[in-house]
Amino acid sequence: MSTRLFGAPIKRKEDPRLVTGGGRYLDDLGHGALAAAFVRSPHAHARVVDIDADDAFELDGVLGIYAHDDLPGKVGEPLPLLIPHPALTHGRTGYALARDEVNHVGEPVVMVVATDRYVAEDACQRIRVRYEPLPVVVGIETARDGAARVHSDVPGNVAAHLTQVVGDVDAALASAPHTLTLELDIERSASTPLEGRGVYARWDDERDELRMYSSTQTSTGVRAAVAAKLDLPLAKVECIAPDVGGGFGVKIMHPWPEEVLVPWAARRLGHPVKWTEDRREHFVAAAHERGQLHTVTVGFDDDGHLLGLDVKFWHDNGAYTPYGIIVPIITSTQLLGPYKPGAYRVKFWSLYTNTVLVTPYRGAGRPQGCFAMERTMDAIADRLGLDRAEVRARNFILPSEMPYDHGLLFQDGRPLRYDSGDFPATLSKLKALVGWDDFATERAAATAQGRKIGLGIGCYVEGTGVGPYEGSHVQVETSGRVNVSIGLTSQGQGHETVFAQIVADELGVRMEDVFVTTGDTRKMGYAVGTFASRAAVMSGSAVALAARQVRAKALRIAADALEVSADDLEIVDGTVQVKGAPSASMTLGTVSVLSNPLRYAFDEAAQAATQFAGTFDPDRPPVAAGDEPGLEGKDFYSPTQATFANGMHAAIVETDPVTAEIRILRYCVVHDCGPMINPLIVEGQVHGGVAQGVGGALYERMVYDESGQLLNASFMDFLMPYASEVPTIETDHLETPSPLNPLGIKGAGEAGCIPVSAVIASAIEDAEGFAITRMPISPSELWGLRRRYAAGEITPLRRASPRSEPADRAEEPTP
Amino acid sequence: MKPAPFEYHAPRSVEEAVAVLAEVGHDGKVLAGGQSLIPILNMRLASPGHLIDINHVTGLDDIEITSDSVRVGALVRHSGLERSDSTHAALPLLRQAVVNVAHPAIRNRGTTVGSIAHADAAGEMPAVLALCDGTVEVVGPHGIREVGWQHFFLGALETVLAPDELAVATRFNRMPPGTGTAFAESARRSGDYALAGVAVRVTVSDGVVSAAAASFVSVTDVPSVLDLTPALGGRELADAGFGSALDQAAEAVREHVAPETDIHASADYRRMLVAELTRRALPIAISRSNAAFVHESAVATVSSRTNAAFEGLGGGRR
Repeated sequence: MSTRLFGAPIKRKEDPRLVTGGGRYLDDLGHGALAAAFVRSPHAHARVVDIDADDAFELDGVLGIYAHDDLPGKVGEPLPLLIPHPALTHGRTGYALARDEVNHVGEPVVMVVATDRYVAEDACQRIRVRYEPLPVVVGIETARDGAARVHSDVPGNVAAHLTQVVGDVDAALASAPHTLTLELDIERSASTPLEGRGVYARWDDERDELRMYSSTQTSTGVRAAVAAKLDLPLAKVECIAPDVGGGFGVKIMHPWPEEVLVPWAARRLGHPVKWTEDRREHFVAAAHERGQLHTVTVGFDDDGHLLGLDVKFWHDNGAYTPYGIIVPIITSTQLLGPYKPGAYRVKFWSLYTNTVLVTPYRGAGRPQGCFAMERTMDAIADRLGLDRAEVRARNFILPSEMPYDHGLLFQDGRPLRYDSGDFPATLSKLKALVGWDDFATERAAATAQGRKIGLGIGCYVEGTGVGPYEGSHVQVETSGRVNVSIGLTSQGQGHETVFAQIVADELGVRMEDVFVTTGDTRKMGYAVGTFASRAAVMSGSAVALAARQVRAKALRIAADALEVSADDLEIVDGTVQVKGAPSASMTLGTVSVLSNPLRYAFDEAAQAATQFAGTFDPDRPPVAAGDEPGLEGKDFYSPTQATFANGMHAAIVETDPVTAEIRILRYCVVHDCGPMINPLIVEGQVHGGVAQGVGGALYERMVYDESGQLLNASFMDFLMPYASEVPTIETDHLETPSPLNPLGIKGAGEAGCIPVSAVIASAIEDAEGFAITRMPISPSELWGLRRRYAAGEITPLRRASPRSEPADRAEEPTP
Repeated sequence: MKPAPFEYHAPRSVEEAVAVLAEVGHDGKVLAGGQSLIPILNMRLASPGHLIDINHVTGLDDIEITSDSVRVGALVRHSGLERSDSTHAALPLLRQAVVNVAHPAIRNRGTTVGSIAHADAAGEMPAVLALCDGTVEVVGPHGIREVGWQHFFLGALETVLAPDELAVATRFNRMPPGTGTAFAESARRSGDYALAGVAVRVTVSDGVVSAAAASFVSVTDVPSVLDLTPALGGRELADAGFGSALDQAAEAVREHVAPETDIHASADYRRMLVAELTRRALPIAISRSNAAFVHESAVATVSSRTNAAFEGLGGGRR
């Protein structure tokens, strides 16, 4: 057996192509296509009174201008509500083009198709839409107040209300020696992939077929949704995700209005049509996430053990709920992290606002939940005068308690049951990595220099690899080339590399002979999509299972041909050989030839498989009953539940004593995603996640004014961190395998971003001596807090107060 | 995000450029580096009917150094100014400041004169022009005129340039002997428009400050120079009480500036920030004045830039 590739830090197979300009992204396709552009609402909430496009029609090169009235049949009906839920009592979705009301700035109202994008935008500028403004709802407080409504038939703007309870929370809190109540808020941010959305569609008149390309995280989902909307048989629609320049969640939402309209227009006009989203459109017409207000009441004993946890939170779901209430469900369940909460009650309200809709963004509700829980842990430690890491450790679920069932329902409707993890071991690795126990000395040295530094910590558990399923097809060509196709898509994660590693190991072939295709519905029609840190777990498992089928078949055919027992064979570097006697062998390519009995010889290799080659038993049919021609296999992986990865981060942060500028001095990550297929790629995922987390902690926010205008809808004012703002990230790993899948793996895609706001808040708080309860935080805001603190408006942390008293019992004020 | 239609002109000489400008009047816009103009066009925040691209005009890409001044032509890129060692030797403030202009890719294309003509209150180079008591050389249909910086800037994004005039160069005056300069700014991310910034110059003779001044970025709507001689003049560097002179200078800055609140920082914060930046920049300028002066800063400086690997790559404090 050659060296195992699973676990090897192999450089990414796709990188030479991608970093030398060889990538084919959506806008690289369809150069001869017509261009679509959209007139989008400038109002956050208004009635559409009149649309006058006469001037626009006069422009040379304009081929079509469409408003809602022009959309036939299902194209003009509301877009689907993708993930219904019983608690989503007032789900609402928009139309592909606004019918009579717009509910956020950026909502599409008119589509123009023209010879090129310049003309299309010129035409958009000439279209006059008359609006009658309606009262605007912006911000969770305003939505909760309910005086104005986003949708006139949704009282209180409440789309959904859900409560989950385990145990008697009221009794637990009433008898707890200590309680604390905290208000903890997270602001809006967004996925902001470098490549925005985009759709390119071609209608084939002769075959009555649609071929479409979308910069999506789910080509199978888009295909089914577009077939339904355009009333086409599924067999007449193909959807391909080309190279995709990042997704981070926003591209799992589908069908976007443009994904319905562009194919519809291509068919109607009999000419390919393309739409490439620009940056401003992405800010106002795609999706955001994260905005939530939380109230946490916690009861605990003198040792810091949780006795009861009562959480209420309000989730801003934007104007519509096409993706259901996945984000708040994840917050409400994953908030628990690695801890046993005692009695637990969580209630959330998902509220409409006149802002861009909210769908999962990397982390998907977990950063908010982690922030709420970890801030609470720090507050408990401060209240009791205990070490913050120690309080966490005292509440950990222990390895001996796995699998651990929280008694709640997770985002997939299945039990929230942790399958694996060793939280104490993860914590001790983290403490060693960051130098937790030596920090007091480090701080004393800094203080002596007039510097302020603080240490922060955050822990999380992430349910990864949710179902329902993924599949894979593996095929060996007569040349020995191995084609692997998976249905889920790649947005740059390295799927061509990791799945090739798995196949190379399982099948016994060389990495360079394996070619992976992702997200092409022509190759694999059954798939779900890339989200929820599920690709490695789901497709990785399916790829392994399919490759094992191929291996078994190859051994069977070779055993026949070599007249030995299959048990005596092994496959090394693409050659099937007798163990210990490698001269008796044949290549997998030859096995592939033998697997497909031929009438016609088209090359030398094929001759061996023809009917007069004399290698076959005349008493048996060329293809045995129950067998199939070809050396290939197809299999699916469908787990009973998600597998739970975990991790812990710590950071040392310095704040300027005068200007309140914030600098991350060190950032440490310990992560457990089970056995790593490729540690280099896992590290890359962690780094990217931390970078996005740093954005959410210190830089990024969506600044809406009260009229619903997004004031920072560009990369000039929406501060995505540059490489220069991202700290050097120090990582360590723990590998506790999952018992749930054939490879023991757990997802790693979202992990890096989950605890960052919690960790940075913890560190700033530690440096400053007063509580940080709202993220992100800017130097200006920190400076404002310092002034309030100096004025006595903010209570010091107990550990920062020289006069700190022993903890009193019950009903203590918010820190 | 495509610009509205416009007519493109590519004059080869200043005379030709000015003739086109005279012809198209207010409907024309000059394109040099395009680092501000092109995004504005693409977002259709402006839709001029004519774009006059001066990149093919000859004779505008020189830096001329004389005993009194550094004259920078309208096609000198920020990066050209940054890399010119002779310019740095003649007037170190230019490099100290220009490395704070956005990122290298933008500096490779953007022009120093263009940034001054754009007159953004967040621009570094207008503040530098002011502190150098500089002038703008303007050519119009009636010939050439030189406009002092005090008269050039009318307001944010507004100058005295007439629609038929072209700024062909700016002249930065060199500093008197014994003068040290420094530039400091703080931005949310490295290379972003500064929340606040300051350029300072201090002249020292015989260990005593004889003159000092500062000009500002992002906290005044047009460039303005604050004379800090009242706070620092006559103070001996060796004096133990020099720190209180710095406090006085910072206080003077606090009173002088008029920052506004925006989504990135409050006005109060910017006021504090520019005062503190001045406080920190002055000792650096003094140490560069050839004075034997070592300032012991009580407080370490913290930049929001987090990754040490990016120190010294431009942007941030110099």
